[in-house]
Amino acid sequence: MTLTLDQLPDLQACTVIQVAPPASAPEWHDWLEEIGFLPGEQVMVMTRALPGGDPLVVRIGSSTFALRRVEAACVRVTVERVVGDEAAA
Amino acid sequence: MKQAIVHVHRGGPLVALVGNPNCGKTALFNRLTGSHQKVANYAGVTVERKEGKLATPAGKNLRVLDLPGTYSLNPRSPDEKVTCDVLTGHAEGEKRPDLVVCVVDATNLRRNLRLVLAVKRLGLPCVVALNMTDLAAQSGIRVDGAALSAALGLPVVNTVAVNADGAAALLTLLDRPDSWQRTAPLGDRASAADTIEADHDVVRRILQGLGLDKAIPHLASDRIDRVVLHPLAGPPLLAVILFLIFQAVFAWAAAPMGWIEAATEWLGNGVAGLLPHGWLQSLVVDGVIAGAGGVIVFLPQIIILFFFILVLEESGYLPRAAFLLDRLMGGVGLSGRSFIPLLSSFACAIPGIMAARTITNTRDRLVTIMIAPMMTCSARLPVYALLIGAFVPQRKIWGGLELQGMVLFCLYVAGIVGALVVAWLIKRFTARNLMHPLMMELPIYHLPRLRNIAIGLWQRVMIFMRRVGGIILALTVLLWFLASFPAPPVGATGAPIEYSFAGMLGRALAVVFEPIGFNWQISISLVPGLAAREVVVSALGTVYALSATGNDTAGALSPLIAHSWSLATGLSLLAWFVFAPQCLATLATVKRETGGWTMPLVMAGYLFALAYLASFITYRLALAAGWG
Repeated sequence: MTLTLDQLPDLQACTVIQVAPPASAPEWHDWLEEIGFLPGEQVMVMTRALPGGDPLVVRIGSSTFALRRVEAACVRVTVERVVGDEAAA
Repeated sequence: MKQAIVHVHRGGPLVALVGNPNCGKTALFNRLTGSHQKVANYAGVTVERKEGKLATPAGKNLRVLDLPGTYSLNPRSPDEKVTCDVLTGHAEGEKRPDLVVCVVDATNLRRNLRLVLAVKRLGLPCVVALNMTDLAAQSGIRVDGAALSAALGLPVVNTVAVNADGAAALLTLLDRPDSWQRTAPLGDRASAADTIEADHDVVRRILQGLGLDKAIPHLASDRIDRVVLHPLAGPPLLAVILFLIFQAVFAWAAAPMGWIEAATEWLGNGVAGLLPHGWLQSLVVDGVIAGAGGVIVFLPQIIILFFFILVLEESGYLPRAAFLLDRLMGGVGLSGRSFIPLLSSFACAIPGIMAARTITNTRDRLVTIMIAPMMTCSARLPVYALLIGAFVPQRKIWGGLELQGMVLFCLYVAGIVGALVVAWLIKRFTARNLMHPLMMELPIYHLPRLRNIAIGLWQRVMIFMRRVGGIILALTVLLWFLASFPAPPVGATGAPIEYSFAGMLGRALAVVFEPIGFNWQISISLVPGLAAREVVVSALGTVYALSATGNDTAGALSPLIAHSWSLATGLSLLAWFVFAPQCLATLATVKRETGGWTMPLVMAGYLFALAYLASFITYRLALAAGWG
């Protein structure tokens, strides 16, 4: 099942499948990959700001990043284990 | 903007420190170079350039450059572009480094090692400093340096930048001639995305080989974040922290500011006694000493404010504060990153405008600079104190609240609201569809180190003193000249300033300011007030033919203006000072930071219009209320 990161409940561990940036900001693909949102990496939402749940605090690998909801929506994830992924948190 | 090319420490091979943000690079730089640092700007951009010198144990003299932190060699901000340009040898006026030290956070090799691979491809001599190995050990991460070195094909040493001898192994490595040998550049650069993913695979394999392929989060940081970033508890906590900082800036600074004022007065009187009465005495005492004192008096506030900002920055709280405020700032088209510059502007707009350098987005940075002067800076306090004391009765309202204090609070709020409205208007007209990325790292918490705070504080204080001191001093002397010449004719009855150039200017300005209730005395005072707002108080004193310095003037002046001005005029002048762009030092800083005259002129124009409008409305409403 494929979701985007912003749709996940808090503290639900999942795996990055790919980064799909909006057409208006194609550079976000590289930027998100460079800070660690790479296929196969473990990711989860730690908490969200009130009101409106934007921005989000996201754990990627062992780093923590604040992302806006539109940015988190670029990260496509799956909650199932990807076969061959050894980087279990 | 053209700037002189900086070569601070001549000669010696150049070592550049490169690393991810928050990898402890600057702490390592401080450890290597100690107090032998020079802070300047890179040519053509307002990115801070930090260079230091270092002598190795074998006596080799090296220049060390602390490059801005970056996640990749694919830059997304002016800071990161500098790092790229220097490493590729494309930076204007900058030598290509002879050796690169890749600083790597041992607790986060997964992300950090990708940058090492990218730097290695450039073909520069390169060594890896495995930093924060003490924290890594605490988390149970033990890195086999020899195995990592073999896997990367680069020398690797452990460093603990916060320990006194934590850089010893790196220094030894710098003495070995083979560290300085070039590797062959691997020229075939595929597209950036392919490179990232390919590098990621390489790093994964290396970490697997080292048995370090598990991501271990920092549990203590997570525990702190559960409170600090809590959706309900986090914002009030931030408010309390900001409130305490504010209290400290104003309460702790009061005593040293008093000492500085007393010292200025004592020095002025002493010098006045030594010099013969005449223009030279006036220049030195009223121009130079009073002008310099007027700047230095804000130093305690600036030191206290920057101390807290540095502690928050070092500890890792600052990006969290930006996170908590992101939504609020986003509402007016800015991001959480604008919060620090605006906070600093409450002490003085100049360090605030300088702090706007940390904002990566150019538009956000400009908007932040443009609204920073509306934050009520401490130079406005003496003026507010005079006017409130003269026109607002000392009375308690609603359960013990002081009316005077309430008015002061309202003036602060008026400035903040004005700034938010202006930012919102700019957003409406320029950025309706723009999306600004946040993508901001929340680093693990660190206990702030006194040494790093002290070095940071010293650098900021020096920048403030150099820039502001020079500008304000020059302007004060100029305005002293305008206010003192030509001398009044023999037998003149009014204050000498009435006959001077400043007096003529004031009378001309009075025509402009008459509709908002300012008389010619106020108009004259606004002229020297251009140098620094608080000068208006002593200028009013001079105009009203009182000859006393700073504090005494305010005391004697208060009943005088209460008697001779209408309440409407007093309120109008208060409204004027919420917005008035009367600070040439701020405008000069804006010119410097934005690299041209456009922004300072736009700023002066719109703030003047806003101040005039606010005063006009206030004056007319007050007249209508019968307070004329």
